[in-house]
Amino acid sequence: MPVNAVGRELPERIGNYIVKPYQGINAPEPTSKKVVSNRVLTLRPAGGSKVIGTLEEAIEASGLQDGMTISFHHSFREGDLIVGQVLTAIRNLGIKDLRFAPSAVVNIKNPSIVDFVRDGTITRIEASGIRGELGDAVINGLMDEPVILRTHGARPRAIEAGELEIDVAFIGASAADEYGNATGQIGPNACGALGYSFIDATSAGKVVVITDYLVNYPCVPASISQQYVDYVVVVEQIGIPEKIGAGATRMTRNPRDLMIAKRIADVIAASRLFENDFSFQTGAGSISIACTNYLAERMEERGIKARFALGGITANIVEIFNKGLVKVLEGSQSFDAVAARAIVEHPNIVEIDNAVYSNIYGKGCMLDKLNFGVLTALEVDVDFNLNILTGSSGEMMGGLGGGPDVAAGSDISIAALPIVRGRTPSVVNKVFTICTPGETVAMVVTEAGIALNPRHKHYEMLRDDMGKTDLKIVSIESLRQLAESFTGKPKQIECTDKVVCIVEYRDGTVIDVIRQIKR
Amino acid sequence: MEQRVSLKRTSLYVSGSSPANIIEAVFYNQDCIVYDLEDSVPTSEKDAARLIVYNALRHQRPAEKYVIIRVNGIYSEFIDEDLEAAVRARPDALRIPKVESAKEVQSISAKMAAIERQAGIEVGSIELWCNIESYLGILNALEIATADSRVVALALGAEDYTASMKAQRTKKGLEMFYARNALLMACRAAGVDAIDMVFSDINDLEGLREDVALARNLGFDGKTAIHPRQIDIINSYFTPSKKEIDYALRVLAAVEEGKRLNKGAVALDGSMIDKPVELRALTTIAQARAAGIKIGGENHAG
Repeated sequence: MPVNAVGRELPERIGNYIVKPYQGINAPEPTSKKVVSNRVLTLRPAGGSKVIGTLEEAIEASGLQDGMTISFHHSFREGDLIVGQVLTAIRNLGIKDLRFAPSAVVNIKNPSIVDFVRDGTITRIEASGIRGELGDAVINGLMDEPVILRTHGARPRAIEAGELEIDVAFIGASAADEYGNATGQIGPNACGALGYSFIDATSAGKVVVITDYLVNYPCVPASISQQYVDYVVVVEQIGIPEKIGAGATRMTRNPRDLMIAKRIADVIAASRLFENDFSFQTGAGSISIACTNYLAERMEERGIKARFALGGITANIVEIFNKGLVKVLEGSQSFDAVAARAIVEHPNIVEIDNAVYSNIYGKGCMLDKLNFGVLTALEVDVDFNLNILTGSSGEMMGGLGGGPDVAAGSDISIAALPIVRGRTPSVVNKVFTICTPGETVAMVVTEAGIALNPRHKHYEMLRDDMGKTDLKIVSIESLRQLAESFTGKPKQIECTDKVVCIVEYRDGTVIDVIRQIKR
Repeated sequence: MEQRVSLKRTSLYVSGSSPANIIEAVFYNQDCIVYDLEDSVPTSEKDAARLIVYNALRHQRPAEKYVIIRVNGIYSEFIDEDLEAAVRARPDALRIPKVESAKEVQSISAKMAAIERQAGIEVGSIELWCNIESYLGILNALEIATADSRVVALALGAEDYTASMKAQRTKKGLEMFYARNALLMACRAAGVDAIDMVFSDINDLEGLREDVALARNLGFDGKTAIHPRQIDIINSYFTPSKKEIDYALRVLAAVEEGKRLNKGAVALDGSMIDKPVELRALTTIAQARAAGIKIGGENHAG
């Protein structure tokens, strides 16, 4: 069995999937040079409307057949009502054996995605994460074909490289006109940026826009342009507004997490890169939100303003923007109602294409311009590899998101996590699933101290900068020992040989696989 | 026994029946951790908590903290087993709830001595904090503070005290004003530390600030915390002022000078410097260092 650059044994083939082992941080040249797109030249007679009566009619008109690939965005998050409606309509039409390729699988219930796998509507899944009921089922061997998990940056790469050809893209929009101009920024169920759908709109064979708020032509603003849209379907409801912003933007009150968040702000403030016109991405987890607030305090104290902040937009980063501490916000998604409206309200809060944000095969991406990137993780090992997918018993806990991309792109990538969660250590010898290669992680910040990574490109700079402060610098090994001294050594998770998930790195190589858990 | 200088700005209660909290508590900035066997532990889990706290201290004792175990009440059915486990765990101190007389302190101290002897621990090495939480405790505060050489601190408990007084508990705490002063006077007279009551509303950080400012102005040496969120705020109020630091440095310089000249007694500004004054100066310097203040041109790192 071949071993990749982070030491993981991988099969040469997994079914029809040919494994390209991860080779290290220098990404390989693209194998094909021409961008692949399923988009077709379409002559449309003047006038009329693209509005079509029902989802079933739109699906039939799109020519969707057994074995094809369908896509969605995840911008409505837990409040999504589109995926369920579309899959139900597909099931009603008797179409089977589909490849389901959303930007991420949101944890929807009633109906659950698992039901559509069980009845054969879906037989393959490719996404950035599969949390919840579906994740649990997959890891216990629900599917014959392995799920392919890709980072935000890896998905547009796979699409443009022809590895993920989308036949029909279903794009939920909080407002659209009869010709398909569509947005997430206005309407009763506004979700904000639609950055994950741009690539689907430009690459899919057919594009169906689904909305519950049809506006007079032309829809302004329009994130998705009419030139890519084949059909518009008006449904009763596309999402549940309270849930669209749920889950991502809570400010933590956990004192341990607050301590870690404050320490990250201290680390950033201690770096020589913390100067006027710096850039950062803190993310949208609960530690991240707190960290953003502490960082804003440091900026105010020192009279420093950031040139731009990147990634998902949250109400709290909008607040910091409004204080004048950040000049430009660039976001591919919005995490709450305030963030959803912000793009319309402020010219310097900008909706960006996820490919621009994170795809390294697109002539450079924005996160390569980041000074500081904050990453949250479930586990870190003594080689600084991060696990952001699987929990202590091997269960699916999260999605890859853009974390591995941010780690690779930013100057200083900071992983935040407590050394112990409950009674499980999170600093370990080997993480269960490698998602972010250790070489791209500059440091790990925990409640028990900060570990700098000697293999990171900016290690010397960081060591010098942190050496001038009172911050407690420790070795990653000492954190591991400390964590283990509290919890004991956890029993290894036993797996079968069956690969249930393939974890693709941003360059399309395989960084790890997840095997079925033995019960 | 040699007296140590230990900071007592903050003491955080951690439930003995919550291993996850016990692990986390090590990483906060509190000076003292109080592993609790009393109120935060359900009756059905008393034995488990005893074992957990004992093992936590024997195997995971936080290196830089002053470690306290709060046992159950003196007249409770749990006290003997609590003392057995708590003394053998070798904390810096035990915290005894609802102490009301010198006799109670002496009886606990004698029981501790017997266990210390059996366990091969230096007799008298484990200190005592007495919780004063009734009118009788306040009335007898001085005899309690001077009852035994183990007693190093009295800590005020407001909930039970106000109940015993038939008083209403309020945020402003005027009903506690006399008790705070009475306890302080006893502590000053006995030369032990005075620890202020908890501020119960963990979500009201502004209220906490006002309360701890008052405690500090009255003269308390520290305050009990019931949530980690309260720690940094309390610490900040017990950070000595520049004037206090300067005075402490002069005291210590005078003591040094006295030693160098082999003088028995040392005076500063016309007053004699006795042992408590020297200890107080050391504590002031330790408090300043803990707050990250650089003293006398030193380059403080860590």
